[in-house]
Amino acid sequence: MLSEGVWTYAVIGGEAAEHSFGRLRGVAGEPVRAVTGSGLTAAVGTVRLDEFGEEALRRHLEDLDWLAATARVHDAVISEIARGGAVVPMRMATVFLDDARVRGLLAARHDDFVSALDRVTARQELGVKAYADPKALTGECGSGEHQSGEKLSGTAYLMRRRRALASQDDAFRIAAAHADRIHAGLLKHAVAGKRKPASDRRLTGRDGWTVLNGTYLVDEGRVDVFRAAVATIDRNTPGIELEITGPWPPYSFAGDVVGL
Amino acid sequence: MTEVLPADNNREVALVDLLDRVLAGGVVITGDITLSIADVDLVVISLRTLISSVGSLLPPADLADGAG
Repeated sequence: MLSEGVWTYAVIGGEAAEHSFGRLRGVAGEPVRAVTGSGLTAAVGTVRLDEFGEEALRRHLEDLDWLAATARVHDAVISEIARGGAVVPMRMATVFLDDARVRGLLAARHDDFVSALDRVTARQELGVKAYADPKALTGECGSGEHQSGEKLSGTAYLMRRRRALASQDDAFRIAAAHADRIHAGLLKHAVAGKRKPASDRRLTGRDGWTVLNGTYLVDEGRVDVFRAAVATIDRNTPGIELEITGPWPPYSFAGDVVGL
Repeated sequence: MTEVLPADNNREVALVDLLDRVLAGGVVITGDITLSIADVDLVVISLRTLISSVGSLLPPADLADGAG
């Protein structure tokens, strides 16, 4: 009966020394170590299966405190490794039976990992959410967002005209159109982007509609431009509030290259 | 605009976004080389059951405090 498994955090290029991650501690407080093979390195930690095995994980994943703490450590380890260069993050709770099987993965999926590393090198993932205030969109209460004398963008002008007539249904259509436009606008400053399902309203803790839950892969040299674009859209779009998160390790852009 | 920095001291605020990424993103490995836990359905189900409790941990005021 196995008592230990191998929790994997990320894959990086090159074959790192066994103790390259020595100062890092993982989800079980274990030292993060390297498993190398095929010109790649997996950052892993040995974990006890009575806490991190299949049955234990099924139970723990329902425990918010455990889930949050483990997610934070998993992310912290990957983020720290990402400081040193490109990483392909592994989904949380990927536990191998032993190091040999990790090496087997590195060999079997070598080309995919290399492609994924190429794709995310010198790039960062940034999240952008757009929240719509239906009342502001339909003009039920004055917008108050534009100071007199401030130049309205064309879209903002049209928005103001439409607000006078719009119903709640219209507000949703307007918000959806904004979301499409915002996503398209941000893609111009990104290498890639995708729209994720909106977080549940109870999860966001916000009253407004989440009309966009986007995430974008941005060249490191363009991050400032991207942030400025988000700020500009936020300013120029009454009734829509943008929230930016990150930079994140490329969780949303490495998996689709390697995914099995 | 609200700015949330997951790598800094606003991690509490970023919990939803964090879970959205570590549980829905990253490379998924399936098959007999791993324990069969990297299962999307399982995670989705888990998140559904967690929604109410997460919501109670993230009052709107906390999110507002995250404004940069």
